[in-house]
Amino acid sequence: MTNAVTPTVDLHNAVVLSGGFPLLSGVDLQLLPSSLTVITGANGAGKTSLLRLLAGLVPLSEGSGTVAGVDLANGDLRELRRRVGWLGHEGSFYDDLTVRENLTFAAKALERPLIEIERALQRVGLSNRIDTVTKKLSAGQRRRLGLSWLLIRRPEIWLLDEPYASLDDEARTFFDALITDILRSGATVVISAHDKLKSEALQPRTIVLGGGRIVSES
Amino acid sequence: MIRTALLVFKKDLRIEMRSRVLLWQVLPFGVMALLLCGIALGPSRAGNSSAGPGLFYLVTLLVALLMINRSQSVDKTPGTKASVATLGLDPAGVFLGKSLALAIELWATGIILLGGSVVILHTSLHGAILALPSVVVTLAALAVAGTLYGALTSGGDGAATLLPVLALPAFAPLLIAGERSFSAALNHGGIWRWWLILSVALSVYTAIGILLYGVLEES
Repeated sequence: MTNAVTPTVDLHNAVVLSGGFPLLSGVDLQLLPSSLTVITGANGAGKTSLLRLLAGLVPLSEGSGTVAGVDLANGDLRELRRRVGWLGHEGSFYDDLTVRENLTFAAKALERPLIEIERALQRVGLSNRIDTVTKKLSAGQRRRLGLSWLLIRRPEIWLLDEPYASLDDEARTFFDALITDILRSGATVVISAHDKLKSEALQPRTIVLGGGRIVSES
Repeated sequence: MIRTALLVFKKDLRIEMRSRVLLWQVLPFGVMALLLCGIALGPSRAGNSSAGPGLFYLVTLLVALLMINRSQSVDKTPGTKASVATLGLDPAGVFLGKSLALAIELWATGIILLGGSVVILHTSLHGAILALPSVVVTLAALAVAGTLYGALTSGGDGAATLLPVLALPAFAPLLIAGERSFSAALNHGGIWRWWLILSVALSVYTAIGILLYGVLEES
């Protein structure tokens, strides 16, 4: 008798349309818990659209699929959104609030104890900027703030949209170590990137998208 | 719902206090518009004109449109919108919180513009004080309806253009009732009939917002 692991993500022939234009066409994808997947491809290949589909931020137009146990076609997408964590490349918070105020907002919304703010900031190395207004943070510090927001959330699926963009080597190493910890906790991590991941610490599954379809996989 | 409303309310007011858009951009624009109205009436007619209440609400409408767009835009940058969506906030609570924060900002602006009407348009101080209860309810109703229509238009590229076009049918009865009650206060008439009508409108828009804000956000 075998113990089959239930996929966290299970898409069959998934199609996402925007104004009749296909952003994703016939995507089949299964992702397991504790797995790291990198989605690569040129601009407009559908990387962010796939991440947004997995986050429940855009509806499934055709096909079927489940993410974190929620049916994408007929399920409650609000419930799905509560189970995933999203780190966008544009920034994920209120620029006019301080680091502490942003994280307090997230912690209170999720009914998490405020002590988790300090823990999360210590973990991402941002404790010394706790009272800094977010718009004054550097790109790397904003990524760390985004990660601390997700650490407070503790999602089942981490969706990171180009998290390595404009990071220096030290920050990349830090990111790799943090992702390793997240994978150990049993979460599923999906990263979108322009190129394959140049990391010695991580051995991800890489999926190449082109024109909204999966072109190759390694 | 109430917990979410308080959270969003505090967040919106904190953003406003830090960015000071209301203080440095919206208020000067409102005072300038009021001043231009006074100049248009001329020094001899300003004190005797019955246009004071209408001009007060005209300027308030212009200011309110700016504030509604601002209130929606703080949540609508792509990354922030996606991140906040994944927090799973109760949409009815978000609607109430944003409406209350906008109402407080409009009340603060309204009091200054009311003072400006007395100074610039020579509106009677006693009449302005009598009109205060109806001004408070009118601005609260504008905040609630504005939050609803702001959510409807904020997704598109032309939000600043669409908002006044789409919201005008909803705003017009509020502005007419507000102007009528203000005029009644200046002429020592009864304002409570108008106050009651405005209170009913406020309740109706609040109920619609609680029911529909989630649908508007999703669309």
